[in-house]
Amino acid sequence: MEKVFTRPKSMTDKPMHFCPGCTHGVIQRLVAEVIDELGIQEDTIAVGPVGCAVFCYDYWDVDFHQASHGRAPAVATGVKRVHPDKVVFTLQGDGDIAAIGTTEIIHAAARGEKITCLFVNNSIYGMTGGQMAPTSVLSQKTTTTPAGRDKNQIGYPVKLTEMLAVLDGTAYCARVSVHNPANILKAKEVIRKAFEVQLNKEGFSLVEILSTCPTNWGLPPVEAVKWLENNMIPCFPLGEYKVAGEVQR
Amino acid sequence: MGKVLMKGNEAVAEAAVLGGCKYFFGYPITPQNEIPEYMARRLPEVGGTFLQAESEISAINMVFGASGSGARVMTSSSGPGISLKQEGISYLAGAELPCVIVNMVRGGPGLGNIGPAQSDYFQATRGGGHGDYRLIVFGPASVQELVDVTIEAFELADRYRSPVMILGDGILGQMMEPVEFKTAKIKEGPDKPWATTGAKGRKRNLITSLYIVPEELEKHCLKLKAKYDEISANEKRYESYFTDDAEIVLAAYGTTARICKAVVDRAREDGIKAGLIRPVTLWPFPDRPFNEAADYARAFLTVEMSNGQMVDDVRLAVNGKKPVYFYGRTGGIVPSKAEIYAEVRKILEGGAR
Amino acid sequence: MLEELIIAGFGGQGVMSMGQLLTYAGMIEDKHVAWIPSYGPEMRGGTANCAVTISDREISSPVVTEPTSVIIMNQPSLEKFERVLKPGGLLIINSSLVSKKAIRNDIKVVEIAADELANERLGNTRVANIIILGAYIKLTKVVTIDSVIESLKKVLPERRHNLIPLNRQALELGAEIV
Ligand SMILES: Cc1ncc(C[n+]2csc(CCOP(=O)(O)OP(=O)(O)O)c2C)c(N)n1
Ligand code: SF4
Ligand SMILES: [Mg+2]
Repeated sequence: MEKVFTRPKSMTDKPMHFCPGCTHGVIQRLVAEVIDELGIQEDTIAVGPVGCAVFCYDYWDVDFHQASHGRAPAVATGVKRVHPDKVVFTLQGDGDIAAIGTTEIIHAAARGEKITCLFVNNSIYGMTGGQMAPTSVLSQKTTTTPAGRDKNQIGYPVKLTEMLAVLDGTAYCARVSVHNPANILKAKEVIRKAFEVQLNKEGFSLVEILSTCPTNWGLPPVEAVKWLENNMIPCFPLGEYKVAGEVQR
Repeated sequence: MGKVLMKGNEAVAEAAVLGGCKYFFGYPITPQNEIPEYMARRLPEVGGTFLQAESEISAINMVFGASGSGARVMTSSSGPGISLKQEGISYLAGAELPCVIVNMVRGGPGLGNIGPAQSDYFQATRGGGHGDYRLIVFGPASVQELVDVTIEAFELADRYRSPVMILGDGILGQMMEPVEFKTAKIKEGPDKPWATTGAKGRKRNLITSLYIVPEELEKHCLKLKAKYDEISANEKRYESYFTDDAEIVLAAYGTTARICKAVVDRAREDGIKAGLIRPVTLWPFPDRPFNEAADYARAFLTVEMSNGQMVDDVRLAVNGKKPVYFYGRTGGIVPSKAEIYAEVRKILEGGAR
Repeated sequence: MLEELIIAGFGGQGVMSMGQLLTYAGMIEDKHVAWIPSYGPEMRGGTANCAVTISDREISSPVVTEPTSVIIMNQPSLEKFERVLKPGGLLIINSSLVSKKAIRNDIKVVEIAADELANERLGNTRVANIIILGAYIKLTKVVTIDSVIESLKKVLPERRHNLIPLNRQALELGAEIV
């Protein structure tokens, strides 16, 4: 019988540590599949975040740097400048990329750094136990917004993909989600496109990926998927925001 | 109010509120998240403000602004976050701004891990950021002491116009012990005529650490030095435990000091004359009790959750009179009573001078 | 009296709250108490434990490295903590969850099929922990059952006070079987 579901070559056999129903694991796998399909495992250098994806070096079998919280785009810049012909990418959570690391991501994008940044937006700080994230939606309850995110006190969610799309340095910006099979397929296509932009030396590429955190949202996995659909997608519309250096909307 | 059972992190937050803290700026990091989470619920109840900053760099600069505007203000973090705050702390010290900073130390260097550690001692007691400055640093050993020194920290910060650091560790933050809040009423800070409040009917106030003319900066640094000398003369705190007749004196602070106390108990049961000096202020360092004990004790043993940092201060205080040994576990590992006791016996049996 | 207890099991089994309840009860009796949880990455899905110290005099060290008693609620914890128990110490195992046997013979071992007992005698497996707590209190006498009930009143929100009679039954059942 033909084997249809095997582990991607660029993925290790280490069991993942994510909570049940968390879509972080899906994203890890999609990235490995794209690396395999593009045949770039031996030419890729990844930079990891501080957040629930911190152990991604255990799952991807590629050269790897573990950056400090938020600084992955700066580390990736250093790597890319030394190895301009390698594929260099980061994977970062919302706290990592859109709070503490805002400076690094904006300036890497503005410089047109030829790297790819994958941004896992789960609207919460997963690893530290459910505090407010820059992408927490209005009224969202977190451990540091016990009464819900109040726009008069703490303002509004950060829409990083839209922000980066208007910078002249970015070549490709898109937002996808991995909450159901159709969206997972689409997400993979978009991640692949972002890597191709880098391979074609077009410039900086970013993919924001909406993801669930059943644990800190306090929801069973199935309801977490619904919560993402009902609360995150309206705030963070899916789609391509910049293609071939042209703003899309 | 009677005794309540509380986690160290929550107790330090409540103590800050009682100490008059009205503003808290922080950023999540384990193992101290219960502090900002408590403040998020509690500060609005007393008309204060909790704000989660986008980074520790922002948090410490929010502290700078609030302190310069006359408020009692606090921030808290652990290892990596405290490292990011160092630039701001240097500016606070330079501009002579009071505030309280809590560090629930975790294993380093780098991302390390979230286990308990004492490896930020050098950073805390030697200044940490750039320039010639000191912080008042407390190293409490119980949840009650954590509460007491936190309330006092706000007073000292205002009295000396200096940042005060509370150096805890992961265990102290997570541990529950009974505490009593002896301060019934929320305290208020003194008048701060130097603060920015809008220059109505007075000359404008300037909050700065910039002294472009070398002679002026030297004068400023000498003024800071005079202040640090005064703090050194007045604010050293420590506890002595069975040191009067001790042959071997243990030196430890925080959680490690608690374990060492049990080691002293055990040694005394076995007829070994052991004692413990437990610094409560880590800066200024209580050097006198060590120097005095060096006249009669045979040896010292410093125990830390690090590769040896406070041991330098113990050696300076003992000043070569007697040997000072070191035992430490690091990387988030807590030394056990048995390990420390074995070390005590080894030193005594090895016939230390 | 210096009682140093470690309770260990999987996260989510109520290991932490069991320890807190006991600590609270000790405080109500004016004893010196401390509670330290394991914290960190091992909590997520893995093993969790807490250390409880209850003493007549001031507690020198709340960090428990050689416990006088250990309560075990999962297999991995048995291997980890049986080793460190003081000679002559008390080891209570929830045998509904742990099939392995203790190997040391210089300690007192008590096996309680707490989940089955809770289900058969009280019709609610959620109080299995409390049955074990009842047995532990009977064997060590560190606090009284009444103090545990007192602390439940303080720890539980008012609307859950209807659970208190069931908890008392569980404590008494635990005390009865050992
Ligand atoms: C300088 C610094 N500050 C804080 C932390 C603690 N910390 C670890 S992960 C994290 C945020 C995690 O949230 P996010 O980036 O959204 O990733 P997620 O876990 O949700 O995937 C924080 C604040 C740290 N490691 N370093
Ligand atoms: S805490 Fe949330 S984001 Fe992290 S692994 Fe668990 S479900 Fe996923
Ligand atoms: Mg997140």
